[in-house]
Amino acid sequence: MKFKFWGVRGSIPTPGPQTVKYGGNTTCIEIRTNRNELIILDAGTGIHALAQTLLRDMPITAHIFITHTHWDHIQGLPFFLPIFFKNNRINLYGGQDPVTDENINRALSAQLQYSYFPIHEAQLKARIDYLTVRPGETVSVGSARITPIILNHPVLNFGYRVDCDGASLFFTGDFESPINIYQPEDDNYASYRGFLLEKHQEIIEAMQDVDALIVDSSYTDEEYATRLGWGHGTYRSGIKLASEANAKRLFLTHHEPTRTDADLDLIYRDLLEQHPRFADKLFIAREGLEVCF
Amino acid sequence: MLSSEHAELVALVEKMPAFPKSVQRVVQLTSNIDVSAKEIVQVIECDPVLTVKILKVINSAFYGLSQKINSVQRAVVHIGLNTVKNLAMSVAAMGMLKNSNQANFSATAFLLHALTTAAISRKLAERAGLSQQECSDSFVAGLLHDFGKVVFAEFMPERFRLALAKSREDNVSLHLTELEFIGINHAEAGTLLAEKWGLSELLIEAIRHHHGRPVNAFGECLFAANQISKHLHFGDAGNPVVEAFPEAIADRFGMPLEALIEDLGDLRFMLKEAELFVKL
Ligand SMILES: [Zn+2]
Ligand SMILES: [Zn+2]
Repeated sequence: MKFKFWGVRGSIPTPGPQTVKYGGNTTCIEIRTNRNELIILDAGTGIHALAQTLLRDMPITAHIFITHTHWDHIQGLPFFLPIFFKNNRINLYGGQDPVTDENINRALSAQLQYSYFPIHEAQLKARIDYLTVRPGETVSVGSARITPIILNHPVLNFGYRVDCDGASLFFTGDFESPINIYQPEDDNYASYRGFLLEKHQEIIEAMQDVDALIVDSSYTDEEYATRLGWGHGTYRSGIKLASEANAKRLFLTHHEPTRTDADLDLIYRDLLEQHPRFADKLFIAREGLEVCF
Repeated sequence: MLSSEHAELVALVEKMPAFPKSVQRVVQLTSNIDVSAKEIVQVIECDPVLTVKILKVINSAFYGLSQKINSVQRAVVHIGLNTVKNLAMSVAAMGMLKNSNQANFSATAFLLHALTTAAISRKLAERAGLSQQECSDSFVAGLLHDFGKVVFAEFMPERFRLALAKSREDNVSLHLTELEFIGINHAEAGTLLAEKWGLSELLIEAIRHHHGRPVNAFGECLFAANQISKHLHFGDAGNPVVEAFPEAIADRFGMPLEALIEDLGDLRFMLKEAELFVKL
């Protein structure tokens, strides 16, 4: 199995001279099994460049798993060019929103309205199937098995574990580790703490021993202090997850939009200094970075 | 009641609004971006309709959780505060239950009965040495045990009005007159809904038997709490009859109803707390 980053930015695309090294496209990860089956995690703007590489191999079958429907994770869908060509097959996987009861087809059809996009859903030529995934229920895609787990974010968000060819990967999508809503002096503090621990345990199990753990690490600790509840992780929380789950490699992604290449270089250097144990297994995700295992 | 009516009832409840005070507070709280999470959770935990909506979602087949979730707090940990908040807002957007309806059934008095039964039920569960989880679940059982009545008042007010009137005039239990006028009593209606919503077996059985013979300690706490709340006239859910403890329940607590009330000490603070929450 191998995977490649096509978009590593959070919230909004950030092209420009300051983001040349790590890239300015929003979230998209390509996974290839040894049998060359194509699995894509999220359809941020990075999916457009990925799509260019697929044109020569058409007809193709692509399995796109959406972590959640915030713009930066779906915005590239209408630009995933294979949807416009006959004989391509696209399977779009995502959750059912508990508030609206809408399934993942809504993400695409909402974007393909004439005021937002010149082509209507009915005019897409590829065969597109929408599949609703449920937490804990493993989906088989060719030789790969994909298991979703709900991870805390302001909207329903799935982390996906992909097991294939004897290797494994886990991607969090956007994730903030939830905190206790009660104060230590409140009656409910202890029981809520119990619920949090139980959920945390479930998350660590889902990530256990993966070859690659890819986590939302949008913020530094200082930034996080004023962004509690926004739904994103920190460099520190990413490293904590990796060590608890015994991940073999950790990739930090969903870079904050104002973060320049120089910022990320600096952060990387500091992290390596503070966490020498991670010296050979800690990476900052950047567009074009490809990993085989 | 016919089984086609059962299905219709379940469908109707989907559109049922929440209680006025909680709708008002949800709207207030959600317009403030800095609102504390625990305030939102508290509003939901004290409203039967909002609670049911959250538990229904989290226990739906969609989430495929191996274990049923009876507490709003656990639901928050599993699907996130913002999702829970938005679910509450979507219920709030449906409007609010009218305090007085054609059935002559006061939503405020009902809520006081539900909330005090919930609080007493939890206290009894602690006293009976149930697990921490069962203790918090017993609050939910108390909150939801009479849910069937809200449904009757909302969707079959004329028949429910007759049942309420006869119960009051003849001093017979409301669940008996409901059977006569509606063809199903609120315990059965509540059970039916609880099953449809995928609530836990523990809750379903407690609701089913809250006027009969509870099948376990959990159900016995609910039964006893309901009688205590009525005996102390905490709120009013339309049933004038206080039932004596069956032998099993008297054995469970080692004493009959009146003695248990005596032994529990002053419970009026529970009514005060409920009033704070309910009064507009
Ligand atoms: Zn997001
Ligand atoms: Zn009752």
